Amino acid sequence: MEYRRREVLGASAAGIATAVAGCIGSGDDDGEGSIADEELALATTTSTEATGLLTEINEAFRERYGVRVAANAEGTGASIRSARDGNADVILVHARSREDEFMQEGYGVNRRDLMFNDFVVVGPSDDPAGIGDAEGAAAAFDAIASAEATFVSRGDESGTHTKELVIWDEAGVEPGGEWYQELGQGMGETLTNANESGAYTLADRGTYLSRDDLDLEILVQGPIEGGPELLANPYGIMAVNPEIHPNVNYDLAMSYIGFFTSPEGQQIIEEFTANGEQLFYPEALSEDPNFQQYVPEGWQPDSSDD
Amino acid sequence: MAFEAFSDPTYLRSIIRISLTVSLIAVLLSTALSLPIAFAVGFSDFRGKRFVTAVINTGMGFPSVVVGLLVWYVLSNQGPLGSLNLIYTPEAMIISQLVLAAPVITGVALSAIESVDDAVQGAAYGVGGTRADVALITLKEARYGVITGVLAGFGRAISEVGSVLIVGGNIAYADGTSKTRTLTTAIQFEVRKGEFETALVLGAVLLVLVLLVNGVVLRLGGR
Repeated sequence: MEYRRREVLGASAAGIATAVAGCIGSGDDDGEGSIADEELALATTTSTEATGLLTEINEAFRERYGVRVAANAEGTGASIRSARDGNADVILVHARSREDEFMQEGYGVNRRDLMFNDFVVVGPSDDPAGIGDAEGAAAAFDAIASAEATFVSRGDESGTHTKELVIWDEAGVEPGGEWYQELGQGMGETLTNANESGAYTLADRGTYLSRDDLDLEILVQGPIEGGPELLANPYGIMAVNPEIHPNVNYDLAMSYIGFFTSPEGQQIIEEFTANGEQLFYPEALSEDPNFQQYVPEGWQPDSSDD
Repeated sequence: MAFEAFSDPTYLRSIIRISLTVSLIAVLLSTALSLPIAFAVGFSDFRGKRFVTAVINTGMGFPSVVVGLLVWYVLSNQGPLGSLNLIYTPEAMIISQLVLAAPVITGVALSAIESVDDAVQGAAYGVGGTRADVALITLKEARYGVITGVLAGFGRAISEVGSVLIVGGNIAYADGTSKTRTLTTAIQFEVRKGEFETALVLGAVLLVLVLLVNGVVLRLGGR
C-alpha cells in the first residue's frame, strides 16, 4: 500500500512537472509574476533549497493552491533578518535559539516543528586528528583543536554555524589559530572547501548526502544513526506577524504552514530522497505534538502586550 | 545529475530571459540618463569640471556589493522606499544595475566627446553651424566611443553578481521558472551545490550572450 502510493505520487509529480513546463514555456513569455495574482515570499536556509526538497514541496503547494512560492535561500541568520524587516511572509529555519528569540520579540507567530535531520562531523578518511574514536561531538572537536587539524567553519551565522559554536562551547574550546578557518559561505561551498583542503567540518546530513562528489567521510554520527543528541537538527516554520508587518500575506503563510505540516506535506518530506537516501524526517505529526511551542519558552504575558 | 539543470529547457530559458531583460532595461535607462550628462559636461566649461569628471570616473569603479547594500537599504521594507515592495524583485536588480552602469556609460562617453578634435568643432562653426549643428557633428564623431561606453555598461550590468544577489535574492520558482535568478547568480548557486560542470555551461551561455549583444550593437553602430 505504502509502496504503491509512492509510485503514484512520483508518477503524478513527474506528469505535473512536464505539463507545467509545457504551459509555462509557451504562455508565460511576457514578464515574470504577471500571471500570478498572489505569491508567497519564503525566507529559508540554504539546505532546504540545495537538497531540492523545497522544489518538491512548493510544486505540490502550487498544484493545490495555485500560488507560487518565491523561496529566498540565504541561511538562518539572513532569513530571520529578512522576516524581521517584513521582507518575507513565512520563514523556515533551523536554529531553535534564534527562532525563540524571533518569536519572543513578536516578529513570528504560530511556530510549528516541521521536520528534523541531524548534523554530522565529516573529515578526510585518514582522520588525522583521530576523532573517529572520540566519545561524542564535543570530544571530537576537542581532538581537532588539540591536533590543530584544519577545520573549516561556515562562519555565516547560519543554523549550522550556530550549532557549531554550541559544540565548541560544549568542548570548552575557543577556536582560533591558523587551523580554524571561517569561510563565510554556504554549506555546499564549505563541503567543497573541506573536500579540497582535507579539512574537518560540521555538515547537516541532508546536504552531505545530496552530494556524490565528496571524499569526505562521516566521522561522528548524529542522532539519526545513534549519535549524540547534541547533533540534532530540527527545522521550524513560522508566519511573520501581520500585526507588525501589515504588508505580509498572513493567510497565504498559514496555508503554507498548514500544507507543510499536513499528512500530504509530511509525506513528501518522508519520501524525498537524494542518491537513494532519506534526507529529512517529518516531525509535525508526531504522537506527542508539542503545542507548547506556540508560546515560546520564557515568554512573559506582559512583555509583548500592547 | 550534473546537467540536471538542462533537462528542463524552461529553467535555462527563463534565467536567460531574466538576465537579458534586467540588464537591457538597466542599460537603456542608464544610457538615457548618462548621455545627456556626458554631453552637458563635455560641451561646457565651468568651474569644477575636473571635479565632476573625477566623481564620474570614481563611480566607474564603485564596488558592486556596496551598491547592492545601499539599494537593499533603500528598498527593504523598513527603508525609505519600502512601501513600493520592490526588494527581491527584478525591478530591484534593474535599479542596482542602473547605478552600476550609469557612471561607466557617462565616463566613457564623456572621454569620447572630449577627445573629438577641436578642429572639427571649429570647422563646423566656421561654415556657419549653430550650436546644435556642432553638437550633432561632435556626436557623430564620438559615436564609436559612446557605443563602447554603452557596451561597457552592459558588460558591467550583465556580469554583475554581488549586488543582484543582495537585492534580487536569487529566487526561482519550483516549476523551474526564474523570478530573480540570473545567469551569474545561477552560477553561484550551482557552485554552492558542487555542480561545477553545470556552472561552467551557464558561464559559457553568459559569454555567448555578451558576445552576441556586442556583435549586434556594433553592427547597428555601423562597424
